[in-house]
Amino acid sequence: MYFGLSDDALALREGLREVLSSACTPAVVRSAWDGDPCEPLWKTLGSFGLPGLLVPEDRGGLGLDELSFVAAVEEAGWHGVPGPLVETIVSAPLLDLPLDGSVRIAVARSSGPVPWAAVSTHVLDLRDEPALVDLSSVEVTAVPTVDRSRALGSISESPVGHAGASDRQLRDDHTTALALLELRATLGTAAFLLGLARRQLDLTVAYVKDRQQFGVPVGSFQAVKHPIANAVVDTEFAWPAVLRAAYSLSTNDPAAAMHVSMAKALASDAAYRMSRVCLQAHGAIGYTVEYDLHLFTKRTWALANDWDTAAEHRAAVARALLERTAS
Amino acid sequence: MDLTETTDEAAFRDEARAWLDANVPAAPLPSGDTREGFALHLEWERRLFEARWAVVSWPAAYGGRDASVWQWLAFEEEYYRAGAPQRVTQNGIFLLAPTLFAFGTQEQQDALLPRMASAQDLWCQGWSEPGAGSDLASLTSRALRDEAAGGWRLSGQKTWTTRGAFCTHIFGLFRSDPSSQRHHGLTYFLVPLDAPGVTVRGFARLDGDEGFAEVWFDDVFIPDSAVLGGVGEGWKVAMATTGSERGLSLRSPGRYTATVDRLLRLAASRDVDATVESRLAQAWMDAEAYRLFTLRQVSAEQAGRGRPGESSLNKLFWSELDIRLHELALDILGPEAELEGPWSKGFQFSLSGPIYAGTNEVQRNIVAERLLGLPRK
Repeated sequence: MYFGLSDDALALREGLREVLSSACTPAVVRSAWDGDPCEPLWKTLGSFGLPGLLVPEDRGGLGLDELSFVAAVEEAGWHGVPGPLVETIVSAPLLDLPLDGSVRIAVARSSGPVPWAAVSTHVLDLRDEPALVDLSSVEVTAVPTVDRSRALGSISESPVGHAGASDRQLRDDHTTALALLELRATLGTAAFLLGLARRQLDLTVAYVKDRQQFGVPVGSFQAVKHPIANAVVDTEFAWPAVLRAAYSLSTNDPAAAMHVSMAKALASDAAYRMSRVCLQAHGAIGYTVEYDLHLFTKRTWALANDWDTAAEHRAAVARALLERTAS
Repeated sequence: MDLTETTDEAAFRDEARAWLDANVPAAPLPSGDTREGFALHLEWERRLFEARWAVVSWPAAYGGRDASVWQWLAFEEEYYRAGAPQRVTQNGIFLLAPTLFAFGTQEQQDALLPRMASAQDLWCQGWSEPGAGSDLASLTSRALRDEAAGGWRLSGQKTWTTRGAFCTHIFGLFRSDPSSQRHHGLTYFLVPLDAPGVTVRGFARLDGDEGFAEVWFDDVFIPDSAVLGGVGEGWKVAMATTGSERGLSLRSPGRYTATVDRLLRLAASRDVDATVESRLAQAWMDAEAYRLFTLRQVSAEQAGRGRPGESSLNKLFWSELDIRLHELALDILGPEAELEGPWSKGFQFSLSGPIYAGTNEVQRNIVAERLLGLPRK
């Protein structure tokens, strides 16, 4: 028995932390708010090998499993990496596209505007017959969003560039591959959310230690400590669920979908609650776009509901449980 | 990450399951927090001991099986899954014993552990006093040196002592240095409750069972051999026990996963709406999250990556979880919830979770100060 990340996965996370500390500063995240696709950052991610993390080594990827994936993506969440990182990583194994960071793949699942489409190079369109859309051949209209780095975009009708010929598994029996893609994307989003939560916590701990009111640091007040401690409990108990789901995917556990839903439900709720507590603990200083906290708070709001809400995943777990109890 | 059980672990689990299936009483015993129930629980404890299931993680010499922490977790999971009786010996086995292993002399270990394992000596915890609850370091029970007699004379009062009226021994903290303040000058004593000068009065908890006691010490003489871990070292020794009490060893995940299984069976026997289904899913996820958290925690500790204050995270989570599970059961029961029964009983007991073993307010301070490094003042 060993429950936790391997030394290799921990080393991967450490390596990524070092790279992102300089490549993905809050200033870079802010540039994404102005519509910048952050190509230098993505080049760096490409050199690190992140887009090909789940792609087999004989196809030029890192050939790693879902545990390394959540380790890396949680770290990316801490840095607030802008762009469709999770979507690109989980789509790459199905496609024959460069893994060097020059390609950013958004995923379309619903009829609304597509997350990240306005800063992506491709959209994997899962709405009808699965197809890969080259965004240089269609018109993308950016849609205003609360987290402006999310760059949601509406894609014009009848795209001319449905490039079905360039994909790998979309041609063949793709049902299993697409189901795996959705599970991985959901899991990756859960991990990213917990990275965002950890960042907000770090900012908040540093702030309440420093900020003085009534002659003492506000972090010495139990009224400040206790909500933060409660939020930490939530995130601490969500992270093992993410690890478990990653393990279940990597070992083809038949209950993997249920475990992924559990991970996303717990992570969405935990990260959202952390964002509430951290904003409150900052007082008015957090309630401004000039301070960095909101970059991570607003991404949390967006991702908490992306790849399905906590309530939807809870309902999925309930269905699985009822089936189990009935059988 | 590797969640497969080794052959040894699986064999251990199978053996435990087979024994429990054959031996767990078919009908639940009456509450072990009543006099008649306690006596029946003692019979059960002695059967556990005879079959060497009472203290699986202890050395074989003291009646255990030298079980690894993974085997212990498997045993606990099987124990609760089988619906086996509550452990009325737990305050000795899970709270005092780890401290004895860490701080006891060889003589103390040899004398006390086998009698504890076989439920001949029944231990209760003497920490709280009328004036010292969360602020344990303000305790005023005192130990005066009796040099001529080679021992100590204890005076004072302990209270909210779980099953104190049914136990034979108490472990507790006393101020042995009259000039000392706070957590200095305290000593950890091991005291038989039949010593002259000890008075015990049982009283009813919230659920009406006589599960609490007040214990008075009126010039009670005890020898030097009753000191655990050194004179004046009491606080350090006691804190070693709090980790056990708050964390994994008192409340293993099997307890909650088994409660959720019972909850799912209750729900399956009724018409429940989508709101209840959603709460059931959350209940299952939370119990599962506690199980996964403990697996991660044990792995991290074994890899030398444990963190200070982590057992407070366990305590906050399991205590709140236990209440939510019972609240949900009562909501499913509807008008039947007010009837005396396992769920209404369990609900009342669950409400003590955020209070005992250090209130959750204290645990939140510990998380904030030790895990996050927020200032104490």
